[in-house]
Amino acid sequence: MSGLNSGDKKLRNNALTIFSAAALAVCLWLAPTFIDAYKVRIINLIAINAILGLSLNLIYGMGGMFSLGHSGFMAIGAYVSAILIITPDQKQLMWILDPISPWVMNLQAPFLLSLIAAGVAAAFFGVLISIPVLRLGGDYLGIATLGFSEIIRILITNLTPITNGPLGLKGIPPHASLLMSYGCLAVMLLCVTRLMRSNFGNVVRAVRDDEVAAKTMGIDTFRIRVLVFTLGCFGGGVGGALMGNLITTIDPKMFMITQTYSLLMIVVVGGLGSMTGSVVGAILITTMLEWLRFVENPITIGSLNIPGIPGMRMVIFSVLLIAVIIFRREGIMGMREFSWGWLLRDAKKGGAK
Amino acid sequence: MSNENDFALRLDGVTIQFGGLVAVNDLTMNVPRKGIIGLIGPNGAGKTSAFNVITGFYKPNKGYVEFRGRDGAVSRITGLPPHRVCQAGLARTFQNIRLFGSETAIQNVMIGSYVRQRGRWWMNLVPFTFPGASREEEEIRANALALLERLGLGAYAETPASSLPYGAQRRLEIARALATKPEFLLLDEPAAGMNPQESAELLKFIRSLRDEFDLSILLIEHDMKVVMGVCEYIWVLDQGTLIADGSPEDIRMNPKVVEAYLGKEAAHA
Repeated sequence: MSGLNSGDKKLRNNALTIFSAAALAVCLWLAPTFIDAYKVRIINLIAINAILGLSLNLIYGMGGMFSLGHSGFMAIGAYVSAILIITPDQKQLMWILDPISPWVMNLQAPFLLSLIAAGVAAAFFGVLISIPVLRLGGDYLGIATLGFSEIIRILITNLTPITNGPLGLKGIPPHASLLMSYGCLAVMLLCVTRLMRSNFGNVVRAVRDDEVAAKTMGIDTFRIRVLVFTLGCFGGGVGGALMGNLITTIDPKMFMITQTYSLLMIVVVGGLGSMTGSVVGAILITTMLEWLRFVENPITIGSLNIPGIPGMRMVIFSVLLIAVIIFRREGIMGMREFSWGWLLRDAKKGGAK
Repeated sequence: MSNENDFALRLDGVTIQFGGLVAVNDLTMNVPRKGIIGLIGPNGAGKTSAFNVITGFYKPNKGYVEFRGRDGAVSRITGLPPHRVCQAGLARTFQNIRLFGSETAIQNVMIGSYVRQRGRWWMNLVPFTFPGASREEEEIRANALALLERLGLGAYAETPASSLPYGAQRRLEIARALATKPEFLLLDEPAAGMNPQESAELLKFIRSLRDEFDLSILLIEHDMKVVMGVCEYIWVLDQGTLIADGSPEDIRMNPKVVEAYLGKEAAHA
């Protein structure tokens, strides 16, 4: 590759990216005809988790703000999108605890618009919470955001006329097809990559690394932090909306702290501050969470009979997370990003051996 | 100074107290335009505190700081937050180098130029939508590279700042400050940790900076060779109070200064 100049390399990398994206799109388009529905769903979940991981990584990895409130923003996105796309007739049947507010019943929007509305609603709450809370730092910020997500969950449980309370929403049209989820992921990856490669990205990392020095360089660090937090919340809202559309049922219990916790695992395992790391983390964690389900079933080893223990896989996951933090703190990708040059150079080295 | 009206920066009666401790006591001083002025004093004299007042990190209990730009407009910068002070045209370096360690040298300089960047963050989200913003990004990169080369750091452009040699880190911090397009530069112990040869080079470098970038410079320094070699005028602080000011020769002879630095016996010896 040494024969190519930088312009040619850029062209080559763009061509490779477009080519592989097209190949992936064809695979995803064919997948439902060749693979069973359960696996398709997991592949779909990978994309949604990647979107959520990426948005949390924007806040935590790139912005350096330890946030435990992501499930709250997901919940906002999921409910906004679901309310917008469920038809009034369906809503009429669903609200049985309390009558539905008329304006909620008549709110309607096409799916794509509902996704954007979900993001905007989450971002709005993001701004609202970040202005008082981002004056805190480190662990305090984590605790405050955790409290916020609990408040959201409890509000959703109790605002029955709007959210149907603990019964949740059922029969959400399954708009989150494979191509839709991966399309959203691609758009988000493109935007975040371009953002973090621009000078603004440098500034975001500068605010994370040394706030005092960043201020001295004329950067309004508080504004940058609020902005990055809000962008992350937008991603969280969109991800939550897609999640609702995939599962077709949402209720407040879906958005507990464990949801944030698995996202945190994706981000930490993939590498804090690495965009491609979040995608790798999403693939790993999502597949393992499914694969590890066998430990919750009754197991018979010889004459030993172990009854199924619900929640066992989360125990195993916690152990894995501790192992990652002890042995490889920077995660799989560290702060690095995947690049074609990196892959090809490695392939070449392997070939030379 | 001789001409009271030709100042670039003026402190008037600045006092800072931390609880019962008076860090800076009623400090009044002037920095003329295009001057290279030294602020010296023993450890704990309040030099860095004075810097922190000027750059907006501390709010003085009493007094004010005025800044006059190249256009002649005088503005009061006391009470402004640090980023606004930088926007007004004052840039600084730190005693203990504070680079963005995980960023490359060129990224450090580009971060400095963000304060003058017109393009907004969302202009770079979608390719080809805002050609002006992309062009500006390229200009910023080119200017950053030129600035690095001017300061002899061209070879380090793509090296993470934390792995640069010590002297290069000092220069990179100055390059980053220059990228904010300042009119006034505050250097906090630029020669700290440098050997005699390096500080001699620094002397020449500081002078050339002033002429090339049309700057007024205020520097804190412990290295007397550097102070006497480069400064046109010197202010001496001891325990927060101004004890002397004058040309380098006056300061060298001033018994009060010798006493503050070396003790009473040395002053009378």
